[in-house]
Amino acid sequence: MAISYKPTRMEMSRLKKRLVTATRGHKLMKDKRDETVRRFITYVRRNKELRERVEKLMAEAMQSFVIAKATMSAAAVEEALCYPASAARIGVESTKVLSTEVPRLNYIPTESHGLPYGVLGTSSELDAAVAKFSELMPLLIELAEVEKTCNLLADEIEKTRRRVNALEYVMIPQLKDAIHDISMKLDENERGNLTRLMKTKDMLKEKEG
Amino acid sequence: MADIAMIGDKDSVLLFRAAGLDVYFETDGHAAGKLIDKLAAGNTKVIFITEPVFEAAAQTVSKYRSSAFPAIIPIPDSRGATGAAMRSVRENVEKAIGADILL
Repeated sequence: MAISYKPTRMEMSRLKKRLVTATRGHKLMKDKRDETVRRFITYVRRNKELRERVEKLMAEAMQSFVIAKATMSAAAVEEALCYPASAARIGVESTKVLSTEVPRLNYIPTESHGLPYGVLGTSSELDAAVAKFSELMPLLIELAEVEKTCNLLADEIEKTRRRVNALEYVMIPQLKDAIHDISMKLDENERGNLTRLMKTKDMLKEKEG
Repeated sequence: MADIAMIGDKDSVLLFRAAGLDVYFETDGHAAGKLIDKLAAGNTKVIFITEPVFEAAAQTVSKYRSSAFPAIIPIPDSRGATGAAMRSVRENVEKAIGADILL
């Protein structure tokens, strides 16, 4: 028995209060777990869909890059791309899904439109490849948001499930046992007291009679 | 410094420079791990990382799993998807629900 207690009425009412709290906490945690799982499933479905799409489009974009590299020398490709475009930004917010903080990302494309290199000495295939990659960006950002959310929710679900189980299979049974034990001991004391009184009364009667 | 970074081998990630990402050429897991630490400290929000490097730097990646930022997302490299990213999605599902329901 993990819960130590003294068999008194005070202790029993204290334990009873704890049991009420534990039961209520258990119910809340269970509801939270169920709802998080429900949301997690919708997120993870979208995650899978997005990932499949990204993997397909990425393969296409990589292919067009390979073609671009074939039309130009490796050094020329590197030279064209060595000057970085103006940095892409993302708007970052965070929302809460059942008290788990998850990121919300908005892709803000680079301000400069067009290509970060001149047309001289670069092939149109490279332009096409760059365009494909730029098109891919919003999708990648969405994937990042959804995948991170899935990660965080999965962790949260695991934690919540442990709490639910700890309450259900350890805390609540222990409290119930403790309360039962105390009430048995109190009853036993009560009976002991009663028999003593009866015995004393008998003894007094014998003395008188 | 951009909000988005990209780590991987040169052939796979070079083009993302044109899209305005911070691009780092790194294929070694240990060095990539250090780079991720540096980027995370430098307030980078999203780090895309090619699948082979993602697996090589798994230790560092798992460190940032439970924090909202940076989001470290595996992407296929120039040789196509290895399935490592999909596997991590499935791991999530198994962890949360107890069975792989995506199939």
